[in-house]
Amino acid sequence: MTVTTNTPSTEAAPVELVTFTIDGTEVSVPKGTLIIRAAEQAGIQIPRFCDHPLLAPAGACRQCLVEVAMPDREGNVRPMPKPQASCTMTVAPGMVVKTQHTSAVADKAQQGVMELLLMNHPLDCPVCDKGGECPLQNQAMSNGRPDTRFVDVKRTFPKPIALSTQILLDRERCVLCQRCTRFSEEIAGDAFIALQDRGAHQQIGRYDEDVLGFAGGSTSNGPVDRPIGEATTDTSGRPFSSYYSGNTVQICPVGALTGAGYRFRSRPFDLVSSESIAEHDSCGSAIRIDHRRGQVLRRLSGEDPVVNEEWITDKDRFAFPWQSAPDRITTPLVRENGELRPASWVEALEIAAAGLARAKRSGGVGVLPGGRLTVEDAFAWSRFARTALATNDVDQRARVHSAEEAAFLGHVVAGSGVGVTFGDLEKAPAVLLVGLEAEEEAGITFLRLRKGAKGKAGTKVFSIAPYATRGLSRMDGTLLPAAPGTEAEWLTSLTTSLAGRLLPADAPTSDIDTSALAQPGAVILVGERLAGSPGGYTAALGLAEATGARLAWIPRRAGERGGVEAGLLPGLLPGGRPVADAAARAQIAQAWGADIPGIPGRDTAGILDALASGALGGAMVGGVELADLPDPAAARAALDAAGFVVSLEVRFSEVTERADVVLPVAPPVERAGSYWNWEGRVRSFGAALDSSALPDHRVLHVLAQQLGVDLQAASPAEAHLSIAMTQRSAWDGERVAAEQGAPAAPPTVGRGQAVLATWRLQLDAARGQDGEQFLAGTAKRPVARMSAATAGGFGVSDGDVVTVSTPRGSIEVPAAVTDRMVDGVVWLPLASVGCRVHDTLGAAAGDLVTVTAAARHEGDAR
Amino acid sequence: MNLTPVLTDTWDKDHSWRLATYEGAGGYAGLKKALTMEPADLVQAVKDSGLRGRGGAGFPTGMKWGFLPPPDGGPRYLVVNADESEPGTCKDIPLMLASPQHLIEGVAITSYAIGCDHAFIYVRGEVLHVYRRLLNAVEEAYEAGYLGKNIQGSGFDLDVTVHAGAGAYICGEETALLDSLEGLRGQPRLKPPFPAVAGLYARPTVVNNVESIASVPAIVAKGADWFSSMGTEKSQGHGLFSLSGHVTRPGQYEAPLGITLRELLDLAGGVRAGHELKFWTPGGSSTPIFTQDHLDVPLDYESVGAAGSMLGTRALQIFDESVCVVRAVSRWTDFYAHESCGKCTPCREGTYWLKQVLHRIEAGEGQDSDLDLLLDLCDNILGRAFCALGDGATSPITSSVQLFRAEYQAHIDGHGCPFDPSASALFPYTPKTTSPGAALVGAVGAGTGGHR
Repeated sequence: MTVTTNTPSTEAAPVELVTFTIDGTEVSVPKGTLIIRAAEQAGIQIPRFCDHPLLAPAGACRQCLVEVAMPDREGNVRPMPKPQASCTMTVAPGMVVKTQHTSAVADKAQQGVMELLLMNHPLDCPVCDKGGECPLQNQAMSNGRPDTRFVDVKRTFPKPIALSTQILLDRERCVLCQRCTRFSEEIAGDAFIALQDRGAHQQIGRYDEDVLGFAGGSTSNGPVDRPIGEATTDTSGRPFSSYYSGNTVQICPVGALTGAGYRFRSRPFDLVSSESIAEHDSCGSAIRIDHRRGQVLRRLSGEDPVVNEEWITDKDRFAFPWQSAPDRITTPLVRENGELRPASWVEALEIAAAGLARAKRSGGVGVLPGGRLTVEDAFAWSRFARTALATNDVDQRARVHSAEEAAFLGHVVAGSGVGVTFGDLEKAPAVLLVGLEAEEEAGITFLRLRKGAKGKAGTKVFSIAPYATRGLSRMDGTLLPAAPGTEAEWLTSLTTSLAGRLLPADAPTSDIDTSALAQPGAVILVGERLAGSPGGYTAALGLAEATGARLAWIPRRAGERGGVEAGLLPGLLPGGRPVADAAARAQIAQAWGADIPGIPGRDTAGILDALASGALGGAMVGGVELADLPDPAAARAALDAAGFVVSLEVRFSEVTERADVVLPVAPPVERAGSYWNWEGRVRSFGAALDSSALPDHRVLHVLAQQLGVDLQAASPAEAHLSIAMTQRSAWDGERVAAEQGAPAAPPTVGRGQAVLATWRLQLDAARGQDGEQFLAGTAKRPVARMSAATAGGFGVSDGDVVTVSTPRGSIEVPAAVTDRMVDGVVWLPLASVGCRVHDTLGAAAGDLVTVTAAARHEGDAR
Repeated sequence: MNLTPVLTDTWDKDHSWRLATYEGAGGYAGLKKALTMEPADLVQAVKDSGLRGRGGAGFPTGMKWGFLPPPDGGPRYLVVNADESEPGTCKDIPLMLASPQHLIEGVAITSYAIGCDHAFIYVRGEVLHVYRRLLNAVEEAYEAGYLGKNIQGSGFDLDVTVHAGAGAYICGEETALLDSLEGLRGQPRLKPPFPAVAGLYARPTVVNNVESIASVPAIVAKGADWFSSMGTEKSQGHGLFSLSGHVTRPGQYEAPLGITLRELLDLAGGVRAGHELKFWTPGGSSTPIFTQDHLDVPLDYESVGAAGSMLGTRALQIFDESVCVVRAVSRWTDFYAHESCGKCTPCREGTYWLKQVLHRIEAGEGQDSDLDLLLDLCDNILGRAFCALGDGATSPITSSVQLFRAEYQAHIDGHGCPFDPSASALFPYTPKTTSPGAALVGAVGAGTGGHR
C-alpha cells in the first residue's frame, strides 16, 4: 500500500498558451486545443459532422478542411501541401490557419465534400425528423454549392432498421460520421451498432454474424441482459440493451437515427424549448423539454459540463408521458359515502383541515411526503409537519430504510453542501460502490465513473455486490463479492487491511489489490440500499475515516437529497440540525415562527405501524407508491385503518384510493422548482408548460392557512425565501450522532433456499415510465440470477423457469446462471414487470427465499 | 544498363524456394554477420546504403527504423507489409513465391536491428499459394535455427507470425494493416501517433514492404557501398521492375534504379509485335500514366516525380494503341470504388460518383460537361481524403484526361467507344455485349455505343 504524504499542490498550474493566427487574427489558446475548437473560441465556425467535443477525433467526414501553414526550423511559415482536417490537428505556435473565410482552397474543399455528402442523401427533408434542425441541412446552406452536378444513380437502402423498440435507423440518410458508434463504444460502452461493408456500401449496421463474425452470445463482457421488446443484436452478439441509446439520436448530425416515440410527430420549428432538470434520478441532469401547444413532444439532453455533460439516460429522455397520463387528477376530490367525488378547492381544503385537526387531536398525523419532491416542496412539507401538525413523525423514505440510515444522513449528509462531485469521480484514483448499482440507479453517474476508468485517471472501480454486472465490467471494475447483508464485513475488512492491520482469518478473501482506495482523492459512493444491510452505513463511515476517502450518498430518487436538507426525517430539522438539540430547534423555531416539537418522531415503518394500531390519528401522504414500500400489504392495511388520510398526488394511485381528501398537485413540467442532486448541487428549473396545477408547496400553504398557520410558501419566490430563512447561518452545533449499527448474523440458508439480492433496474414497472411503450420495450427482462453451483443445488440450468417464493407469494422467472456470483444468493429485479419483489414476496434484500424449478419452460429465454 | 539480379538471382534454380537452395547461394551470411554487430550499426548501415521503401512511397528505410523511441523494456514489432494488391503491381508475390528466404532473413536482421522479438508478415489473403510457401519457409527457418530461441547461439530470440489478410486493398495502408492484424476492421488510423510510436497493440512498430526487407540481407553481407554503387545519386540500389501487358516477354526485371522503360523494353523484347506503345504506368494504377514521350525518363524517385508521376511500385503496365484509355481507366476506377474502405467522404462517395461518370462516358452517354466534372471531382478528392487511397484513385483519371482528352471527347461525341476490345486482348475474347461500335470505328454518330 502506498500513501502519498506529500500531496502535490492542488492549485491549478498556469495553463500553457499557444499563439497562432487564424483568418488573419492572432489568437492564444491552451496548448493541445484542436484547430476547430480554437476557431470556435475565436468566433469562427468551421463546418463539421464527425467532430464532437466529447468524442475522440475521427477525421472521417473531411468537412472541416482548412489550409494550414507551419513555421519550419528556420521560422519560415510554409503552407502544408494539402488542406488539413481541423478536427484532428492541434494548434502549434506560429501556425497560420486559413478557414473557408479567407482561403479559396479551404472553401472549395468544403464545398466539394458537402457535394459528395449530399449526392447520395435522400431529399426527404420535408418528412425527416431532423429537417429544420439538421447540421447537414444548415451546413449545406452555409458551405455547400447552390446546385448539384450529380445526375447518376443514388444509393438506397430499405428503411428503416429497428435497432430496438425505441431506436430506428434510416441508412440512406446516414453520412457515416460514426458519432453514434463512437458514442456507444467510448461513452456508454454498450456498442450495438458498428460499421459494416466498405466503400459506398459502408453502412452503420446491427450485429450480423456474416459481417461481424463475433462469437455469438459471448458473456466475456458481463452477464447478458435481454430487453422486453424486439431488439437487434449488439456487436457482441447479445440483444441490444442500452440505457443511453437515445443520445445517439441526439448527436446524429442527420436524421439517420430517430426515436420511435418522436418519429414523424413534429417539426422542430413548431416546438418551444424549455430548459429543465430531469426528475427520474438524483443526478439532476440538465434536459431540454420541447413542447408544442401545451404538449411535451420530446426531451433532449441539456448541456451542463459539470453534471451530465451532454448525455442523459433513456429514462430521462423518453419517460415523460407519465406527467400527462390519462389518470391525472384534475380537481380536488373528497370521499363521500365511500366514493371520491370532485370538490372545489375551498370545500376540499376545509374538509382536509378539519380532518387533520381531528387526527392531530387523536394521536397525531404521520407525514409521508415521498422522495420525489422539489426542494421548495420538501421545506414546505417539513414546515407543515413541524408547525401545522406539530409532529416529527415525518419520513420521506418510501423504501427499505433504517434508523442507522437516518442517523448516518443526519451525521454525514445533511447540511454538508456540495461534496464529492461528478468531476471528482472522473479524477479519483479509486471509487468504491456499496449498495449502489450506478448504471441502474444513477445512470449519469455510471457514465462519469466509466469516463474516469477509461480516461487519464484510470479510476479503479470496486463494487461490493453479489455479482459483477455488465455495468461493472464496462468500467473495468472489480467485484468484491458479498451476499446481501454482509456488506459491512467487506467494509470492515477493507478498513483493517488499508490501515495496514492484519485481517482476521474469517474476513472476506482479499487477494484483490484495493490499495488505490487509500490514495488521496479516493471516493466511497454509498447507495440508499445500504439501509437494508445492518451495520453497513457504520462500516462505510469507518472506512472513510480510516482511509481519508471521501464519502457520498447517492439515493435513487430526485428529491431525497433535498429532503434530507429540509429535514424530512424524524430526527432531523433543516440544515442538518438535530431535532433533539434545543439550540437547533430554537433556530428553526425562530425561522418558522412556531415551536418545534422536541421528541424525534417515527420513521416510515413506525408511522405505518402506528396508523395500523390507531396510535396515530391520520396521515398526510405525498408522492408515495405503496408498492415501493418494503411491505406493501402492511402499508395498504395501515392506510385502510388510518382515521383520516390526505393525499397530494399528480395521478390516481393506491394512496388516493384510500384517501379521504385528494389534492391534485403539478408534475415537474408544469411548475418551477429545484432539486438538490446527490452532489449537493442545487438544480433549478422553470415551468415548461403553462398550467393551473399547483405545486405541493402552494397546496400546503393554503392547507396550512386553513389550519391557521402561515407556511410562507405561496409562491416559488416566497418558498425560496422561506428556505433561505433556515439557511441564514450554517448549523455549527452538534450533528446527529452516528448510530453504531452492528451487522446482523447472516441467515442460515437451508436446503432449497437462497438469500435474496435485489435492486431496481433503471427501466422497470415504475409509474414514472407509464405511457412510453417504446421505452418499455428496451427494459431488461426479469431473470433470477444465481451461480452455477446455486442453480445446480436447485436442479435448474440456465433458462429454466424457476419459482422464487416466500410464504407470502411466488414469482416465476427464467434462471440466468451468472459467472462468479456469490453462491447461495438469488438476485431478482426489485420492481420489474412480472417481478414485484416487495409486493409479491413481501421480502427485501437479505431475506431468505425458496427457489424451485417451475413446471413450465421458457424456450426463448435461452 | 544491365540487370542486377540480387533478389531474383536464384529464381531459376531447382526448388528455388527451399532453404537449402538459398543457403547454397550464400543465403543467411547477412544474418550471421548481423548477429556479430551492434544493432545501432545495422541501422546505420541501412541508412548509409540509401535503401528507400520499396512499397511505393520511397521513404528512407533506415531513417524509419531510427524513428523508434529508445527501448523501454516493452515489446517492439516489425510488421512486413505483404498485402500486395495494387492493379499492375506484382513484385512481392513472385518474390515470396520464388525465394521466400530473402524475406525471412531480412526479417531476422531487421528485428535484431530494431530490438523486436516478434515479427509479423501480413500477406494478401487471396494468394493462398504464397501464404503456404511462406509458412513452410518460416518453418524451415525455425528448424535451421534462423528463427526461434537463441538464434545461431547469439542469445537473440525471434518469432515470426505469417498472417493472411481477408482481401482488402486498404489493408496495404500501414495503419489499416495494423488494425486488421489486431483483429479490427481494416480502416486507416488517425496519425499521429505514428506506428513508430504507437503501432501494433499501441507499441513501437516498424512497417516495411517485402522488397525493402528482402533487400536488407545483401546490404549487410556485401556492404552499404555495394548497394549504393547501384542506381542514381538519390535513388540507390536495385529494384524489381514488373513489366506486364502488351510486352513481348512480361516478367520481373531486377535492375538498378534509374533504368528507363526504353532499356527495359529492349530487355523484354519490346512492345507486342506489330503494335506500338500508347501509354504505361510507371508504378501501378495509382501513379499518373505516361506515354511514349516518357520512354527515356530514368525510373528513379526523383526523375519520375519531376516528369509528373511517381515511381511507386515499379509496376510497368504497357498498353499499346489497341487499348481504349477510357475503358482502362474506367476499370481501374471500378477497382478503387470497390476497394475504398468507406471511412472518409471524398474517397467513399467520390469513387462511387467517378465510377458512374466513367461508365456513362464509356457507354456513349456522356455529356460535354462530364470531362470537367471528372477533373473537378478529382480535385475535390486529391489531398482531401483520409489516406492515399483516394489520391491514387484520381491519378489515372486526371493524367489520362490530360493526355487523351480527345479520346474521351470522341466517346461523348460518338456516343460510344470507337475501340474493339477484343483487339487489345492477348487471348481470344468476345465482348460481353455485342455492339456495332467496334465495326464502326470512327463512324461518328453511330448511335449506340461500343461495349457497355
